[in-house]
Amino acid sequence: MPDYSWPAAEQRTLIGKRVSRVDAPLKVSGRAKYSYDYTRPGMLFGKILRSPYAKARIVSIDTSAAEKMPGVKAVEIIQKPGTTVQWAGDEIVGVAAVDEPTAEDAIRVIKVQYQQLPHLVSDAEPPAGVGGVPGPMSEDDIWDATDLMSPPQVASQVSQLGVTFKASPDVIDEFKKFGLPAEIVEAIQKAAYHPLAESSHSASWYQKASALHQGDPDKAFAGAEAVSEGLYGAPVITHCCLETHGSTAEWPDKDHLLVHLSTQNVSGIPGQMAEPLGLPAANIRQQQDHIGGGFGSKFAADRWDITAARLSKKAGGKPVRMMLERDSELQVAGARPSAYARVKVAAKTDGTLTAWHSESWGTGGPGGGGMPPIPYLFNIPNQHKEHTAIRNNIGPARAWRAPNHPQAAAITMCALDDLAAKLNLDPLELFRKNLGITGPRAENYREEFAIAADLMGWKDKWRGRGQDRSGSVARGLGLSIHTWGGRGHSSDCDLTLHPDGSVDIKLGSQDLGTGTRTCILMVAAETLGLPIEAISLYIGDTMYPPSGGSGGSTTIGGVSSSTRRAAVDAREGLFTKVAPALNAQPADLECVNGTVRVKSDPSRSLSWKQACSKLGAVPLTARGKNPDKSKPPDLTNSGVGGVQMAEVEVDTDTGVAKVKKIVAVQDCGLIIDLKTAESQCYGALIMGITYALYEEKIMDQLTGRMLNPNMQFYRLAGISDIPELVVHMMTGKGYDERGVIGLGEPPVISPGAAISNAVANAIGVRVPFLPLTPDRVLKALADHNLD
Amino acid sequence: MPENDPKQPHDEGSGVSRREFLKISSISVAAVPIMGTHVVEAAGEPVKVYGPGKVPVELTINGKKHALQLEPRVTLLDALRDHLEITGAKRVCDRGECGACTVLMDGKAVYACAVLAIETQGRPITTVESLMQGELLHPVQQAFVDNDASQCGFCTPGFVVAAKAFLDKHPQPTAEDIRRGLSGNFCRCGTYHGIQQAIAQMAQKGV
Ligand code: FES
Ligand code: FES
Repeated sequence: MPDYSWPAAEQRTLIGKRVSRVDAPLKVSGRAKYSYDYTRPGMLFGKILRSPYAKARIVSIDTSAAEKMPGVKAVEIIQKPGTTVQWAGDEIVGVAAVDEPTAEDAIRVIKVQYQQLPHLVSDAEPPAGVGGVPGPMSEDDIWDATDLMSPPQVASQVSQLGVTFKASPDVIDEFKKFGLPAEIVEAIQKAAYHPLAESSHSASWYQKASALHQGDPDKAFAGAEAVSEGLYGAPVITHCCLETHGSTAEWPDKDHLLVHLSTQNVSGIPGQMAEPLGLPAANIRQQQDHIGGGFGSKFAADRWDITAARLSKKAGGKPVRMMLERDSELQVAGARPSAYARVKVAAKTDGTLTAWHSESWGTGGPGGGGMPPIPYLFNIPNQHKEHTAIRNNIGPARAWRAPNHPQAAAITMCALDDLAAKLNLDPLELFRKNLGITGPRAENYREEFAIAADLMGWKDKWRGRGQDRSGSVARGLGLSIHTWGGRGHSSDCDLTLHPDGSVDIKLGSQDLGTGTRTCILMVAAETLGLPIEAISLYIGDTMYPPSGGSGGSTTIGGVSSSTRRAAVDAREGLFTKVAPALNAQPADLECVNGTVRVKSDPSRSLSWKQACSKLGAVPLTARGKNPDKSKPPDLTNSGVGGVQMAEVEVDTDTGVAKVKKIVAVQDCGLIIDLKTAESQCYGALIMGITYALYEEKIMDQLTGRMLNPNMQFYRLAGISDIPELVVHMMTGKGYDERGVIGLGEPPVISPGAAISNAVANAIGVRVPFLPLTPDRVLKALADHNLD
Repeated sequence: MPENDPKQPHDEGSGVSRREFLKISSISVAAVPIMGTHVVEAAGEPVKVYGPGKVPVELTINGKKHALQLEPRVTLLDALRDHLEITGAKRVCDRGECGACTVLMDGKAVYACAVLAIETQGRPITTVESLMQGELLHPVQQAFVDNDASQCGFCTPGFVVAAKAFLDKHPQPTAEDIRRGLSGNFCRCGTYHGIQQAIAQMAQKGV
């Protein structure tokens, strides 16, 4: 059997080097085409009428004026009278018209009568004594539970409570793909299906998750040498993809649908659209070249996409473009659940952690949401934790880069930092002291801490809380650590060698801007001994072999493995054809520098083109797969660790916090492209600064609407907010041989906690919740002075 | 406020200027429509009013003239993207808040979503598509590639155009100049580090 394993360090020509993103020239020149850019002659423009109320029953809908309007080609009622909408911005009616202004006019003349119902959009701490029995579990609830309980416990909870979703084969496959233990999958298949009944929303907005207990927390707190208490948390934020959600749909004939949907999940789209449209998945083609951001919010064909397809059908199959407006994008197209907690944590005077107690709450919109995995990373021996999920009317949550981890880090790492301050310990010492209870990556953290401390100058710069001030400017340092799984999703890759020497690769994957295209080409080029430019890569189309959705940092593991196996097999196939001409055995050959040659005698060689001409008339295609137990070794792995340190300056007169420097030390196994890997980290740090200092989905309690659904008040960090960023990737021995591991999620987990800790270190008090806006900083200072 | 802030009002132009608009709000007499254009008397002076409905609009994009029929409410951005299929400038906020739609008008950076197409008649518009010389990237574009200043790339064309306009005006910017000069554009993926490096590289080369 050929050797599929990654080439050894000294043999690598491309892998691990800094290679420029292959699609950058397209992107910088405006030639890269996104779903939003897709225009076709005769294309219609779709618009959606959305609910102005956070909770209301639709009484009547009158679309007659819109239907009569010249230029309007189709009208589609999305939610019928009698339905209750659960969030402001929910879809009511869709229209398609010859141009966008006409579609907007048509939306304005549609009359909808609503009966307003009481809503809840707050996620403030639940009043004491609320919280019904736990309800049926959503898909998210189940994943969350796996963070907190053993598989048999989760399985028994699933059987007891039932599930809120239909356990269709697709759903089950997805669970399996992402490694949900078999006994839980089995429990899901057998569980009772309880759709989230409307009554359950109004009956109980608060849902108590069962309390979790480990060790003997009461005794541990009673005998504790030191106890620190605090309030921590992170609010609901949105994904704010710059390319809004949406698609263009058309029917080339009455049985076939072609969609250009902006998605992280190219191969999964037909399966999702098939049922609602009553069309075989095989008759649906999804195609996308580039995607303008996803961050976890673009896995599904959404209701507006289904509506676009229906409108197109009604309009005789003409293409309908349905891209969300910015306000809808922020209101309905994705949000990260909030999580807050009152925490008590106990330790010995030397900093050894002994007990944890938390009462947490948060919302993921109508679905409620689970407890973040707290205490994060540190498995403190004695624990008691309770969580209340708030099911409210802010709109649904979606996976947001490293689901639940940034919130868990913000709660845990800030609580530990406060504890260190209480013990008069440098937090770096307290964290190091407790690495033994962080699990398998403990040594990795130790190494990363040493490097990070060096790059930050921690030893020289760190002072106790509130000790580094000049005038109104307070300076401080903070740190945090994080982990993530990874592994590779399932991926099929076809690599074809043509008799004229050209090479192409096809896979139904997508490049979110993470560098996926570049990495696929690097792996293939390395394996075939060719320059990257010699290979054509086709992705983003369901005409190509399926690849998983880009979530959970699983893409690089998946596509690099399938590409490697395809390239090795194609190479073997070529060797078989070429060996006679070189008077050698296939096993004696190698591909180096655009030649196929005899390993022991490089002078016996053929140019790549000559070699490929030996294929005869027919191209050679090899299919590589991940996972593939028949072609070992496993080329991917799971589990990374990262350490981050932040330095801030806070003006205690104005409350403005500025990040001065962040250091990120990160491992992710074998790195394919060092350049785009580093960019992932820079980007994550910047996104982290944004959610640490600025981002929050602010809801108006009275109207139930989002108050800042625009880019003026939903503030992203700008170039002027960017401090010195130092990224250090762990490579070489101890890291490379682990295989390829994804990097999208891990580096975005720690910035919130590290920055909050730096601010606490600077001003001497904790600002409980992110984002650390000037008003919150000033309030924390004022509250402190009152004490 | 950034020096080349495209949010600055630009009130000259051949369309309905802000000054004329104010006059229209005190219209006294309506007059005869000619070619989709009305003349009304406002504050004692005759004023041209365009639309509703489509009117002929001639745009000069990347040195080429385009004759279009557009409703006066159509923005330059939508005219480019939906009527001319020039899609490099992106629609992200559609209200002058993010810079993704940045193009050059009379050589100055403007937000194409914040300008009506009809206002730009007779004023040359340059989009990101015209920066390349044949297959050769403009030095600003090459610097973006070298420094990995794009991830998803959706903000990138706007940044490239803004960076070009900025460097034309400040060939030797300081770090502080870069921070101020490019603060009218936003990126969600977080490519600012690469953008800073790209512009610093350009400044070093003295391009
Ligand atoms: S789309 Fe024009 S500034 Fe945002
Ligand atoms: S590169 Fe994605 S928004 Fe800037």
